[in-house]
Amino acid sequence: MKSLTSGQGLVDSEQGVRSVPVFALACALLGALAAPLSLNAQQSKPWEQIPVPKLHDFKPQQPKRIVLKNGIILFLQEDHELPFVSGSVLIPGGSRDEDAAKTGLVGMYGEAWRTSGTAKMGGDALDDLLEAKAAHIETGGGDDSTSLSWDSLKGDADQVFTLALDLLLHPDFKAEKLGLAQQQVATGIVRRNDDEGGIAGRESTKLVYGANSPYTRQPELATIGAVTVDDLKAWHDRTIGGKLIVSVSGDFDSVPMEAKLRAAFEGLPPVKALPARHDVFSDPKQSVYFIDKEDVNQSNVEIVGLGTDRHNPDVPTLAIMDEILGGGFASRLFQKVRTELGLAYAVSGGLSFDYDHPATFRVTVLTKSASTVDATKAAMGEIQGLTSKPFTAEELARAKDNILNSFLFRYDTKDKVLAERVRLEFYGYPADYLETYKAGLEKVTLEDLTAAAKKYIHSDKMAVLVVGNGPEIKPGLDELGLGPAQTIDITIPMPSRPAGAPGQAEKKP
Amino acid sequence: MRSRTFPWFSRGLLGLTLAALAIAGARAQDLKSFEQRITTKVLPNGLTIVICERPEAPVFSYSTFIDAGDVNDPSGQSGLAHMFEHLAFKGTSEIGTTDYAAEKVALAKVEAANDAYEAEYLKAVGRDDKKVAELKQAFLDAQKDAHKYVVPNQFTDVAERNGAEGLNAFTALDETVYFWSMPENRLELWAWLESGRLSDTVPREFYKERDVVVEERRMRTDSNPIGRLVEQFLATAYVAHNYGRSGVGWPSEVSQISATEALAFHKKYYAGSNIVVAVVGDVKAAEAMPMLEKYFSKIPAGPKPEEMTTIEPKQFAEKTVVIREQTQPFFLEGYHRPDYRDPDDAVYDAIGDIMSNGRVSRLYRSLVEQQQIAAVAQGFSPFPGDKYPGLFAFYAVPLPGHTPAEMRDAIHKEIDRIKTADVTDDELQMYKTRTRADLLRGLADNQGLANNLAQYQTRYGDWRELFKQLDKVDKVSKADIRRVANKVFVASNRTTAEIDTDAPAGNSTKSGGAQ
Repeated sequence: MKSLTSGQGLVDSEQGVRSVPVFALACALLGALAAPLSLNAQQSKPWEQIPVPKLHDFKPQQPKRIVLKNGIILFLQEDHELPFVSGSVLIPGGSRDEDAAKTGLVGMYGEAWRTSGTAKMGGDALDDLLEAKAAHIETGGGDDSTSLSWDSLKGDADQVFTLALDLLLHPDFKAEKLGLAQQQVATGIVRRNDDEGGIAGRESTKLVYGANSPYTRQPELATIGAVTVDDLKAWHDRTIGGKLIVSVSGDFDSVPMEAKLRAAFEGLPPVKALPARHDVFSDPKQSVYFIDKEDVNQSNVEIVGLGTDRHNPDVPTLAIMDEILGGGFASRLFQKVRTELGLAYAVSGGLSFDYDHPATFRVTVLTKSASTVDATKAAMGEIQGLTSKPFTAEELARAKDNILNSFLFRYDTKDKVLAERVRLEFYGYPADYLETYKAGLEKVTLEDLTAAAKKYIHSDKMAVLVVGNGPEIKPGLDELGLGPAQTIDITIPMPSRPAGAPGQAEKKP
Repeated sequence: MRSRTFPWFSRGLLGLTLAALAIAGARAQDLKSFEQRITTKVLPNGLTIVICERPEAPVFSYSTFIDAGDVNDPSGQSGLAHMFEHLAFKGTSEIGTTDYAAEKVALAKVEAANDAYEAEYLKAVGRDDKKVAELKQAFLDAQKDAHKYVVPNQFTDVAERNGAEGLNAFTALDETVYFWSMPENRLELWAWLESGRLSDTVPREFYKERDVVVEERRMRTDSNPIGRLVEQFLATAYVAHNYGRSGVGWPSEVSQISATEALAFHKKYYAGSNIVVAVVGDVKAAEAMPMLEKYFSKIPAGPKPEEMTTIEPKQFAEKTVVIREQTQPFFLEGYHRPDYRDPDDAVYDAIGDIMSNGRVSRLYRSLVEQQQIAAVAQGFSPFPGDKYPGLFAFYAVPLPGHTPAEMRDAIHKEIDRIKTADVTDDELQMYKTRTRADLLRGLADNQGLANNLAQYQTRYGDWRELFKQLDKVDKVSKADIRRVANKVFVASNRTTAEIDTDAPAGNSTKSGGAQ
């Protein structure tokens, strides 16, 4: 018997991730509006009589942090519950740092690195060996970093670590494995317009950052076809000397583990930082954009603007404001668009925060074609309401309860504590960031909220994107009062010679 | 619910036993240690509570497992179990209302108004459209009146304000599952909320929520090429059993479900004997059990609902579904197989693992790596459910320029191989090792463990089967694999579904009428 694969549910928990080309499907979220609760009129509240005892004492176990003299950072987190050991090496530099003409390079690097293997052991042989032990070594490429990770039963940990280290330091990139990765990415590219939510997420993000921004540009058949094995090697050479963060967790004794990691990493040259980025961000223009998709009966509406980063001291206030706008069942968006109007299953949004660059402001609504305008107006009304409809003490208290009472789920496992520490280290935040952040949340006042809404919520700096079935959208988008809708062309560019293995992909899909 | 990609994209593995533990000097991970940490009690109303003590952090997760899903929807009411699941978040007579006595009267009027409106609307002969409009208005007015007493989303609000994390539920064909995690000092509050919503469900805002569910259908099925394909695939593969019916509901049926029907479903399927509640985390059974017993005893007793009598007749005609549209090609096929109680259940798992799990799997190596015709190729089972005989399915995502027909031929070649020659010793051993390790890996997660304990307690009447299954895994032989493959993978037992890409009618980015 297999574990539960689920059916449809109450809320869709899959956020609209960008990329995940082939199968990323629907996305949705939560939303919110406080139809102010008529609490005064309520009958008795039996749940308030239920005692809430003091929480059991809990001090999350922090990992041991070691700085090697070459600048490499080690984290060790012992966890003896299960007989496994896992680890990862995080390497600065990701797709935002790749050559625009070779967009897709880092993603394919992350794939071909592992599938190529090393001179000592090719990728296929590595697969056979690891799978027989139910162990894993994987590599991957992201926006701002690449990584290598491993895990295995305790008894295999030494051997698997040795293999992982060999792959880290002596990769042997192979043309055939790059070719496989190119085919995978090409498949994602030609399929990317099949998925309505994927289109909406991708194109709305472009409206915020610009179509050619390092944060939004898309791999195309031409750009992935331009990537060579030498490019993969050059990328590896360029990034492997960076400030690596090595983290290990599981069923081991820290003393010998530290010795082993020192032996492996202490001899590497002093780390060199990547050059600082100087990205420029500007707000989108207020306008309506439209993408026609004839095989759907539901519109994906995205209302987007520029967000902020976590260095911003207003982040705790903005997090509370987010919770009020779109953070849960009682949030203004959810209450209005889903509960009160019944116009959407998926509605959610708010201002989000990245660690080292501004994230987006984003509100997403999925609604049947005919109610596109009504649902968009309702969502825009709630966004504008942040500056015009006073926050109530009840809303503030609820948002604080929601966030603070579930705060311990950010560190309720040793792996979560470790992951948070690695994240903070990577982005250069203090190790006690979560505590500072929590203290900041506790201090937020109604005045703070009002000021933050005024400072950050400008509907004239938000773009509206609708992906949907044009003929079914009645009334039309001009009813939004934001001028005529501008059509976005999402035609997938087909180069004369398609990427991927020669001879395999020549037929046009 | 939680992430719902198509089932075959999520690498769900419940894994089976525990013998693994022998591997590594068991601590928290063998059956014996779970025997010491798990307390089970069947209440007088038939409801089973399973508590697993895992005090790693001051939190707990729970899973309420209802042994009923959309497969149990009565004829003409597809989508009903799922609709009820949404209703279970709308509160009770004690929460979510300003005045339940008055609300109850108003809700009865809503139901009467809906009945009158539907009766006229559905008249086959002599429908009076003016009357339909009036009755519709009366129905809307009645809803408006009932809404006056509603404190919207108060049930979920109280849960979230008290730290509920990952609050959600899902309805599958076989079961309905409710779950979240909370700080341990809210255990009693949770018990009050959960036992209340299971026993004292009020049809609050039902018709508005029905609109929400129809939007969910548009998202998952109508507006999604693979969602559309899978619905047609199952409807074709099954001629009699409800596994062939849309789980979210056919549009004409789910849009007509009434609150009365939802409450009738509740009465029949939410009896104590049909429910298992599992709690995992920083909970002491000796203290918690009496408290939980007090709350969960509120749930009405009732007979275990009768089992379904429909058995899918043996398929004798190969069937094919072809969707021609302007989306990228896709290939899917399925073969009928027995349910999870079949003695060969683990053999099916072994075939799925050897064919599909990881870069060493046969389908990956053949279609992706060697022939280079597919981006993904896998087999998995059972689908769409395990309680009744499901399908062993295979699918492949063609690379650009390759066709569903090539996927079919290449998959059939691999199926022929597994029918005509034994798998290797290494392959078989790999399946057994990975199954053990996957089971182990799942034990360190409160929510996953709660779901598994509740599921196994329901399906086998004993959570220990989660661990004991490994015995069956260990017994799988090469001969078993060949025997089962030859029995099941035959053309007359097959249904195929594919998307063939139509040439675009014109410019693919025509400007539509939305301007």
